[in-house]
Amino acid sequence: MTSRYPAPNGLPPAQGLYDPRYEHDACGMGFVASLRGEKSHAILTLGLEILINLTHRGACGSDPDTGDGAGITIQIPHTFFARECPLSGFSLPQPGEYAVGMVFLPVDSHPRLQCEGILERIAREEGLIVLGWRDTPVDETAIGRIARGSQPYIEQVFLARPASVDQDAFERRLYIVRKRAENEIAASEIDGKDLFYIPSLSSRTIVYKGLLIAPQVAKFYPELADPDVTTALCLVHQRFSTNTFPSWQLAHPFRYVAHNGEINTLRGNASWMHARQSILASPLFGDDLKKLFPIIQAGSSDSAAFDNALELLVQSGRSLPHAMAMLIPEAWTGNPHMKPEKRAFYEYHASLMEPWDGPAAIAFTDGRLIGATLDRNGLRPGRYMITEDDLVVLASEAGVLDVPPERVKRKGRLQPGKMFVVDTVAGRIVTDKEIKASLASRQPYAEWLEKNQISIGNLPEPTRFHAGDNSTLLRRQRAFGYTDEDLQMILEPMANKGEEPIGSMGTDTPLACLSDRPQLLFSYFRQLFAQVTNPPIDPIREEMVMSLTSYIGVERNILDETPLNCHTLKLPQPVLTNRELEKLRRLSYGDLLATTLSTGFRVKEGEDGLRRSLDEICRRASLAVKNGYTLIILSDRGLDEQYAPIPSLLALAAVHNTLIREETRTTVALIVESGEPREVMHFALLIGYGASAINPYLALETLEDRATSGYLADGITPELATRNFIKAIDKALLKTFSKMGISTLQSYRGAQCFEAIGLSRQLVDEYFTATVSRIEGVGLGVIAREASMRHEFAFRTPRDHEDELASGGAYHYRVDGEYHLLNPQTIRKLQHAVRSSDAKTFQEYTDLIDSQNRELCTLRGLLQIKSVAKPVPVEEVEPAKEIVRRFATGAMSFGSISKEAHETLAIAMNRIGGRSNTGEGGEDESRFQRDSSGDLRRSSVKQVASARFGVTTNYLVNADELQIKMAQGAKPGEGGQLPGHKVDEVIARLRHSTPGVGLISPPPHHDIYSIEDLAQLIYDLKNVNPQARISVKLVAEVGVGTVAAGVAKAHADVVLISGDSGGTGASPLSSIKHAGIPWELGLAEAQQTLLLNDLRSRIRVQTDGKLQTGRDVIIAALLGAEEFGFATTPLIAMGCVMMRKCHLNTCSVGIATQDPVLRARFQGQPEHVVNFFFFLAEQVRQHIAQMGFRTFDEMVGRTDMLDARIAADHWKASGLDLSSILYTPPLPGRVARRCVKSQDHGLDDALDHFLLDRTREALERQLPVELGPLPIRNVHRTVGAMLSGEIARRYGSKGLPDDRIRVHFQGSAGQSFGAFLASGVTLTLEGDANDYTGKGLSGGRIIIHPPRISPLIPEENIIVGNVVLYGATSGEAFFSGIAGERFAVRNSGATAVVEGLGDHGCEYMTNGTVIVLGACGRNFAAGMSGGIAYVYDEYNDFTRERCNLASVDLDPLESEDEELLRRLISKHMVLTGSSRARWILQHWAEVLPRFVKVFPHEFKRVLKKPQPTSLPILVTPAAVSAEVQHG
Amino acid sequence: MGKPTGFLEYTRELPSRRPVIERVNDWFEIYQELPQPKLQQQGARCMDCGVPFCHTGCPVNNNIPTWNDLVYRGRWREAVRRLHATNNFPEFTGRICPAPCETACVLGITEPAVTIKNIEKSIIDRAFDEGWIQPEPPDFETGKSVAIIGSGPAGLAAAQQLRRAGHTVTVYEKADRIGGLLRYGIPNFKLEKHVVDRRLDQLKAESVRFVTNAHIGVNVEVEKLRRDFDALVLAGGAEQPRDLRVSGRDLKGIHFAMDYLEQQNRRNEGLAISGEEILATRKHVVIIGGGDTGADCLGTAHRQHAKSVRQFELLPMPPEQRSPQTPWPLWPLQLRTESAHEEGGDRHWSVATTKFTGDEQGRVNRLHAVRIGPPPTFEPIAGTEFTVEADLVLLAMGFTGPVRNGLLDQLGVALDPRGNVQTDATHMSSVPGVFAAGDMRRGQSLVVWAIAEGRRTASAVHSYLSQ
Repeated sequence: MTSRYPAPNGLPPAQGLYDPRYEHDACGMGFVASLRGEKSHAILTLGLEILINLTHRGACGSDPDTGDGAGITIQIPHTFFARECPLSGFSLPQPGEYAVGMVFLPVDSHPRLQCEGILERIAREEGLIVLGWRDTPVDETAIGRIARGSQPYIEQVFLARPASVDQDAFERRLYIVRKRAENEIAASEIDGKDLFYIPSLSSRTIVYKGLLIAPQVAKFYPELADPDVTTALCLVHQRFSTNTFPSWQLAHPFRYVAHNGEINTLRGNASWMHARQSILASPLFGDDLKKLFPIIQAGSSDSAAFDNALELLVQSGRSLPHAMAMLIPEAWTGNPHMKPEKRAFYEYHASLMEPWDGPAAIAFTDGRLIGATLDRNGLRPGRYMITEDDLVVLASEAGVLDVPPERVKRKGRLQPGKMFVVDTVAGRIVTDKEIKASLASRQPYAEWLEKNQISIGNLPEPTRFHAGDNSTLLRRQRAFGYTDEDLQMILEPMANKGEEPIGSMGTDTPLACLSDRPQLLFSYFRQLFAQVTNPPIDPIREEMVMSLTSYIGVERNILDETPLNCHTLKLPQPVLTNRELEKLRRLSYGDLLATTLSTGFRVKEGEDGLRRSLDEICRRASLAVKNGYTLIILSDRGLDEQYAPIPSLLALAAVHNTLIREETRTTVALIVESGEPREVMHFALLIGYGASAINPYLALETLEDRATSGYLADGITPELATRNFIKAIDKALLKTFSKMGISTLQSYRGAQCFEAIGLSRQLVDEYFTATVSRIEGVGLGVIAREASMRHEFAFRTPRDHEDELASGGAYHYRVDGEYHLLNPQTIRKLQHAVRSSDAKTFQEYTDLIDSQNRELCTLRGLLQIKSVAKPVPVEEVEPAKEIVRRFATGAMSFGSISKEAHETLAIAMNRIGGRSNTGEGGEDESRFQRDSSGDLRRSSVKQVASARFGVTTNYLVNADELQIKMAQGAKPGEGGQLPGHKVDEVIARLRHSTPGVGLISPPPHHDIYSIEDLAQLIYDLKNVNPQARISVKLVAEVGVGTVAAGVAKAHADVVLISGDSGGTGASPLSSIKHAGIPWELGLAEAQQTLLLNDLRSRIRVQTDGKLQTGRDVIIAALLGAEEFGFATTPLIAMGCVMMRKCHLNTCSVGIATQDPVLRARFQGQPEHVVNFFFFLAEQVRQHIAQMGFRTFDEMVGRTDMLDARIAADHWKASGLDLSSILYTPPLPGRVARRCVKSQDHGLDDALDHFLLDRTREALERQLPVELGPLPIRNVHRTVGAMLSGEIARRYGSKGLPDDRIRVHFQGSAGQSFGAFLASGVTLTLEGDANDYTGKGLSGGRIIIHPPRISPLIPEENIIVGNVVLYGATSGEAFFSGIAGERFAVRNSGATAVVEGLGDHGCEYMTNGTVIVLGACGRNFAAGMSGGIAYVYDEYNDFTRERCNLASVDLDPLESEDEELLRRLISKHMVLTGSSRARWILQHWAEVLPRFVKVFPHEFKRVLKKPQPTSLPILVTPAAVSAEVQHG
Repeated sequence: MGKPTGFLEYTRELPSRRPVIERVNDWFEIYQELPQPKLQQQGARCMDCGVPFCHTGCPVNNNIPTWNDLVYRGRWREAVRRLHATNNFPEFTGRICPAPCETACVLGITEPAVTIKNIEKSIIDRAFDEGWIQPEPPDFETGKSVAIIGSGPAGLAAAQQLRRAGHTVTVYEKADRIGGLLRYGIPNFKLEKHVVDRRLDQLKAESVRFVTNAHIGVNVEVEKLRRDFDALVLAGGAEQPRDLRVSGRDLKGIHFAMDYLEQQNRRNEGLAISGEEILATRKHVVIIGGGDTGADCLGTAHRQHAKSVRQFELLPMPPEQRSPQTPWPLWPLQLRTESAHEEGGDRHWSVATTKFTGDEQGRVNRLHAVRIGPPPTFEPIAGTEFTVEADLVLLAMGFTGPVRNGLLDQLGVALDPRGNVQTDATHMSSVPGVFAAGDMRRGQSLVVWAIAEGRRTASAVHSYLSQ
């Protein structure tokens, strides 16, 4: 397997399933600058200090001394260079008249000289004067072994500015020189050319970076210690990458930016940038522009690519803030309160180019300006302060510099979509408001839009448009492969409710490339999704950042700024009705002109015909572009007996790729008019491969027919059905984007966020360029054959005694439908076997499954286990009771399944020494003790999922394993919702919520937006419960290997790779079917990547996803797993019959229901589950013996014991090639294939050891203890958690009596201050704290106030970071100052007082009380379903602009509210000394009316109407699925 | 689909059968109908399972959840189409099938199953009433011809499927009327013959040719069929009855059940009866064999006003509930009470007949029996011998397979160890172009299996002819 992308220096080439394209990184970044622009060496020293204090945000790999990269950008230290250069034989002109290039070169002298020579020649060709080279002194002993091994030779080149050009023009020439040198050397045959890299080449700034950890930067570059090295600004960056491969170039900063986060839309952005190269023009560059191509350097990281794009925009004349606002616009579509001029600015630029979307905090500098911006979601932290002496410090964390509190003038944070800029020349801070105002007034954007942009609604009505044709409807439905299920399970629910259909219990049907039935081409693709390295978004609760708006039209030169640039057609959403399509077809406005290309092929001619037609369509598309058409409609209307439709995705992708190759793609919009698309995956794929809009005429016509023939719900007219369908698709599209962490359709378009499974490389290269497809597979021949099968069926006369459409059977089993592994025979055999303890019947069951595997259902079915000539006698193999300890049951919450089912699993697993999993939903503490019968109902794995339901300190300490669920196989990238009717008293108690009130699990963990955040959560959990191992659950997708490597580097003990097919209580059908990939691929990729990084030895690997037989376990073990999870199969053993009704609460066998009537029908016994696992273990032993092993461990990772069976006789599978799955990197024997050592969690340095030591009296004898004041720094993380764990271990959830332990701190606390703080502990902090303060608060009290000596006004300055009190379950917090974004997110019981907060406050809150005494950000109370918040609405804008009213009422205060408020505000004043609180209390009568009570609807309803103890069991299905919609 | 909570809201309900007092005095069907809203509620009880076990419990794989839902929604026209997509003759199975689908119903794990069989009958009866059942002749003729031997459910299903595929189909029946077991085997009170006739009308209108009184191998040469047709389908049933070789078997008044049932069916249609008349009127009747045929004899004997009716079964009485040896969804070992049992008669379990004795005219008048132990040994229990009055003894002990001499011998097809026609996976016998279906291939079985066999064989024949 070769990748089309060259690997950046240091990364291994693609091999097996590993591909360097999927490397991720995230990090800590910051800057320090003198506001007055005063250069000093002190600034540099401070910068380096910031860097060192961010060390914990970086990571190191298998070599502890080799980091992932660190670096700094400073202004050119002229004094120093002027002193040094004469030693190298040349002297320097004045500052600004020369440039310095930092150059990484090959180590060997000959190639090095060649590179230098090329650079010099190019510089001269561009009219520059080469002054000389300076050997940059470096200290190799300062860095790690691995870093040393890959270290380039580092020199500085000095180029003089010709007198004829000004400094900006000089910079442009330097840019050309650099790009030319990069291109020429990359294309050369020079040895070691991969090492050649130019970190910076500028007359203003210089970058010092390398494969370093923070403290090494200054040591490695000794000149940084020279007092003559002075600068007025210093940008720093510490990197955390998922891999351990040495790469010097990937360190930040780049030429302009240092980035913390990830660009999710990179592939689309890069491809659009490439596509628009042909129309780029700049008077500043003239013909030289072409020398800069490719703008985006191939193989670069997302951050580097972003830097490339930014550089182009800046060098061609836009200001740095302008370019930043263009690339990373704030969310404007969903913000009605934005100023019209600013809106116009963004809208104008939206028609120029798509946003670069993803979580990003980007610090930037051009040597004069230094600043930072945050993406629209604000998912990365950025804290700044300004000191008395005009020093500005910004970093990922507060407290990175130890500045005495009295010298701090102001503290603030980066806000979503906002920019913060320091102008070191003007000597002032430029606020976001000022920047945006000045940008907005650059041009009359609003006027330009008014004149040039049109909306589809304003187009003239077409005189005619396609009406439905009932006489051919059935024929066309057949031709496009419609099934009964498409009508009943996909289209009808969408038309009835305007929502995507929901299902449950995963999928067990063959991969499209193994199915005997003709599959739509769509089915060969899988959606990618965000996990760990970037967060998914909640498209419902955080709708304000999402947008479906897009622009159709000719893209013009983005380097230009003219009214014509926004001559576009604005589409509010991408699904077009027939009428709307006709409007476009007849469009004639300016240069908007449409043409329609027919996409049929002569069905008799098969593959050749298909290829010919595709070529012809592409040829005609090229011609249309040349002829000036700007909209191409690809239409499959009008098929007949000779012509079958080309799969719409194929036709689209062919044209899209052709035009990209011809560099004309941005001059034309592609619109798909097709009978094929009908579910959200189809639309997502079409958009992902470049469609601007889609007219799904047959789906619309089908719905019309269903409506008129009475199939739809009462009152659903054809028009309403259409509207609902479009609404459902729109909502589901947003969800699909958000799974990937993408907010806008514009950036999703063309981003190709998909992986293909079972498409041949040739097909993919030709039509789906750059899409991942790793096991080869079908080509045009099979696609043509599938089309012809459908076509043949279409043109057969429908008979009255036959079904009109194929049954489908993809969701529900049908004899004549799609194949299912779990079918009546297998389910029956398994149940009979475990109930009668009959190993023979079990063997019959596994034979059925295994032979079905062999009949091509799964990838493992294509693998064969080898045996040896002399098997070991079975008796000599490790006993079954040892093997079963490797088995775990899947994470199923009590809530998704019944108490009976949940406890049966726990008892069974505890009996055999395996592990059961709580799932997300807490656990009843009564289960922590053994029953009288000796059984333990405690789940040994406690899951920590995004909602943190019931995640208390006591819950965490009662676990052997803590599992962080990053994603779930059936619906990766999505949250969940437990509808109110499933929340009975017990569930409400365990989840710290209210009976009858629905519960939402957010899509992301709000404390994990990137890999270093995950490391932080692992650290938090390990602190609470140092004995428990920490596991991280991932879902297989391409790139999961690099994520797994990152997880290993984040010090997880176990990584779980979940397959795509796993069960679920409720999930959109599109996610069940189309997200994630089989575990075989994910596991193999993880194993290979961990081996390549030598990280496998320190992490255990578990896998799950419809594992069912001993053979399945063996294959997983040989591919690299040590442990195995099972969920569906044990459920079946307990009586599940795959009704797939979990989401409706109507499980007739009492498993997936909370209905007491149905629960009473549960017949499962622990013995059934125990039998299942022992049967399995015995089969495993047989296989182990056959392979000639004696122990399980021996076979882990032995892929050589597997054969890829060539399914030569199958019409589809014969093209598959599984060799990449069986690949093992050639590595020395010392690189272990399995886990042989434990992680170093770095707990030794925790401040809590000191606390534990000094609070012994309290812990052991409950005596009061008071400590402090103790100094605290940002490097002190998770303070209080270990102490709390110890308290919970001794005293359970009750903890110690109030205030028994009091600790005072002074300074800036690190992340997770007071996390999981237990009852009885009060932490008081004089200073400020970072993100995740009070996370999981479990009864303790946190008080934070500014130092008494600080001149800051608390309510105007930030005191705690983002995501404070996340998942708190009880306790109190008082913050005298402003908190960041997402304050009290998912709070379920804590009381908090704060003096102002950022966006998304109290999101998803289910209980507790929050009082806000100052300004609130936007989207307050989104998804809040319980608890109460009181907000002081000083400026009377809360109701209108700040609060999300979807789930809450804003009520006036009642007398008990007043009492509560007064009491808590008084307490706040006493504890923090808050002047704000004092003022409010003094003016009580006046301010009281300004308080708003935020009261969730559902909570109010339940509080007002006491719930009966048993909830009504019968629910109307409409209500149920509506509520579960968000999945 | 369906109503997710229907099974929690409605209980299982079947139409009551006609009152015993009324029905034992006529030969009409015992069934009554549920009012439409009730039927729709019964349809709503279906849970639309992800894995509908009923669907594979049913030999023709009826798409049960789909038409349950359609009935719930009142969409009868579509329902019958869905029903016909898998079953040519739902009016037969809806009446006489023991409904293995219902014993496999998922709801049946914890609750009484969905009334699948009754819903099926309601759909098809309504379809006939509404005139929706019309001939569906093929669009084009293939020019190929098939002879089908036997006009029971297997033969008829094969005939209809093959004809609709465009082949010329001729059905040969040795009796004087078409229908096989449906015509002369099943009593009217379970299946009135106009129900058979209306379906035959459809087949005839689709141009299926029927030849009666054509006993292949006896009065029609096998070779002629081989010459005249491109393929042959053997669907002659498993008509060889199991006999009871005990002392006194040759006495008069001891008959095979099928002979007895056929006579009554002929009588009901006003047809002549050849040979000795077998009538239960005013007789002490003993039926040997506790299965469905025995129950049919029982109902017939009551309607003929027998003096007494006893039914003897070798096996012990099964449990009232599903036996643990046959867990769900298997066909349960369980006591079954047929309509005939409601009408009177005594059922005796674990009884072996030891001999018959008769009067001086050689007519049977006593049956001697003994109680026996459980299988497999069936040890007689000493001291439990007893005798009963028996003027008419009906042997309803099943069938041992197809009649071998004649047709099968002449064709020279290989037989399997149980004496049935041996076939490959495509239902083709050892003789190329000769296929077998139904009881002739699989041995004595249910009507629904016969239909399933007929359909599968037809599909295999079609593939064979299309080569």
